[in-house]
Amino acid sequence: MPGHRVTLGVDRPMRLDSGAELGPFDVAYQTYGALNADRSNAVLICHALTGDHYVLDQHPVTGKPGWWEMLVGPGKPVDTDRYFVICSNVIGGCMGSTGPKETDPATGKPYGLGFPVITIGDMVRAQKLLVEHLGIDQLFCVIGGSMGGMQVLQWAVAYPESVFAAVPIATAARHSAQNIAFHEVGRQAIMADPDWAGGNYLLEGTRPHRGLAVARMAAHITYLSEPALHRKFGRNLQNRQTVTYGFDADFQVESYLRHQGITFVERFDANSYLYITRAMDYFDLAADYGGGTLSNAFRKDGKGTPVRFCLASFSSDWLFPTSESRAIVHALNAVAANVSFVEIRTDKGHDSFLLDEPEFHQVIRGFLDGCAEHRGLTRPSRP
Amino acid sequence: MSPLDDKQASASIASGTGIRSDLKLIAEMVEPGSRVLDVGCGDGALLAFLSRQKGVDGRGIELSMDGVHQCVAQGLSVIQGDAETDLKDYPPGAFDYVILSQTLQAMREPRTVLETMTRIGRRAIVSVPNFGYWRIRVQLLLTGRMPVTEKLGYQWWETPNIHFCTIKDFVVLAEEMGIRIERCMIVNRTGRVTGHAHSGLANLLGEQGVFLLRRD
Repeated sequence: MPGHRVTLGVDRPMRLDSGAELGPFDVAYQTYGALNADRSNAVLICHALTGDHYVLDQHPVTGKPGWWEMLVGPGKPVDTDRYFVICSNVIGGCMGSTGPKETDPATGKPYGLGFPVITIGDMVRAQKLLVEHLGIDQLFCVIGGSMGGMQVLQWAVAYPESVFAAVPIATAARHSAQNIAFHEVGRQAIMADPDWAGGNYLLEGTRPHRGLAVARMAAHITYLSEPALHRKFGRNLQNRQTVTYGFDADFQVESYLRHQGITFVERFDANSYLYITRAMDYFDLAADYGGGTLSNAFRKDGKGTPVRFCLASFSSDWLFPTSESRAIVHALNAVAANVSFVEIRTDKGHDSFLLDEPEFHQVIRGFLDGCAEHRGLTRPSRP
Repeated sequence: MSPLDDKQASASIASGTGIRSDLKLIAEMVEPGSRVLDVGCGDGALLAFLSRQKGVDGRGIELSMDGVHQCVAQGLSVIQGDAETDLKDYPPGAFDYVILSQTLQAMREPRTVLETMTRIGRRAIVSVPNFGYWRIRVQLLLTGRMPVTEKLGYQWWETPNIHFCTIKDFVVLAEEMGIRIERCMIVNRTGRVTGHAHSGLANLLGEQGVFLLRRD
C-alpha cells in the first residue's frame, strides 16, 4: 500500500478519553509536497467517517482516484507546490492505522470489540503525536469536512497554539440527535447481521457484509439531497420498461444504493464503522471544553482563540445544516475571533465538499492565500 | 446588495483610490492600525482599502452570498450574516470602529442596530441618506408622490429602505440614546456642506451624513 506508517505511543501509551490506554499503536499517513526550512507550511487534512489518507493517490482497494483531488494538488486551492500536505488514517480506522481489525499485541488476535472506544479527541491526540513526530510545532492549516471538520474544531480548541488557520467544512460542534439516530440505524444493521458474530467475525471467518451494506445505504441517503437524488434518478426504472411487481431493484435509485452498499463492504471494516460512528456521536465541544457554552471552548486564559477560521456550509446539506456552522460562527464572534463564513448554494447535499463546487474552491483558495500572506509563506513560482 | 441604487453606486466610484466617495469619507475617520467591523461590507471594497492603506485588522458581515464569496476569495475575514441577528454575539468593545454604510434605513430596527453597534464598537461610523434634502422635499411637495432620486432610485413598493430619516431625525435619536456625535460630515453631490450636524443647512442641503459616534 502506498504511504507511510509510524508506530507511536511506544515509550508511553496514549491515554484515551474513556480512561483506557492505547499503545504502541500505528498511524498510516500520506504526505504530498515538501516541508519548508522553517517547517511553517504544513497542512493537515482530516478525513471523514469512511475516508482515509489517500487524498491524491489511486485507492489501493477500489482503484478510484484520490478523494480530494478537486481541492488538493499542484496549483489547486490546497496547493501542494506551496504546502506540505499531511493526511493520516484515523485511529479506529481500517486503512492501516490501529483499529479493531488489527491484531491486539496482548492477545495475538484481532481487537474486535476489545478495541477501546475512541473519540474525536483521541483521533486528534494521535494526529498531534504524528505531527510532533514529523518535527512540526505549528500547522499552517487544519482542514476537513464532516467528521474531518469535527477534528479541525477539536484541533483548534485542544491545541490552539499549534494551529495557525482552521477550515471546518460542513460540520458541527456537536453531533445532533438526528445524526446520532442515523448512526444507530447503521450500527443496528451491522449488529443484526448474524455474520457479525458478536464482533468476532474475523476469528469466525465470516463478514457482516449485508449489515454493513445496509448501514452504508442508509447513510448514503443522508449525504445527498432530495433534489440531487431526483435530478439523478427521478423515478427511472433500472434496465426495464415496467415495474416487476416484486422486490427486485426496479428503480435506478435502488440499484444505485445497492451498488453503494456492495462496493463499500469491500473496503471498509464493520467494527471500524461502529467505532468511528460512536466517536462522532460523542463529539460535543461545548460540553467537553466550554462547560456547556460553546464560546467558552474558544477562550483560553480570558482571551479569544488566536486561530483564524474559515467555515463553509452547503445550502442543501441537511445532515450538517448551515445552522450548525452558524452556531460555531456565533460562538467565535463572542470571543471576537478572526472568522470567515460562507454558505455555498448548491443542491448536492452534504457530499458537496467532495464535489466540483467552484465557488467553494475559490473561497478556500482565497482564505488560504490570505493566511499564507500573514504567515509569511512565499508563493510558488510557476513556469 | 446596497439599498442604494446600483447606478448611483457605480457612477460614484471615486478616482484614484478605487473606492466610492462615501466610503472614502468613512475611511478618513478610521485611525490606522485599529480593529474594524464593516457591517454590510458588500464586495469588501472598504475593508480591502482600510487593510491596505491603514493597516487595520478588518472584519466584515455581508448578507449577499456573492459579496461574501468575493470578500473571502480575496483573503478578507467576512461572515455571511445579518446586521440584525449576527452582531449581538460580539463582546462589548470588540472593535475600535463598527461601520454601517448607507444601510441603517433598510434595517427593521435601526435603533437596536445602533445600540448594538455602539456597544460592540468603541466607536461607530454610520452614513445615512438625508430624506430632508431639499430636492426630496421639493419632489414630494410638487408631485405629491414618494420621491425617487438619483441616490434613492426605488419606487415605494420595491424599496428596501423602510426607515428613512432626515439628518435632524438622526441627530435627535442619537441624543435620546445617549450617543455623542464626535464628528460629522454632511455632503451633497457638489461636496462638503458642513461639519455641523445641528446646522439647519445640513438638513436642507446635505444629501447624506457621515457620523462618528460614541456612547457616553
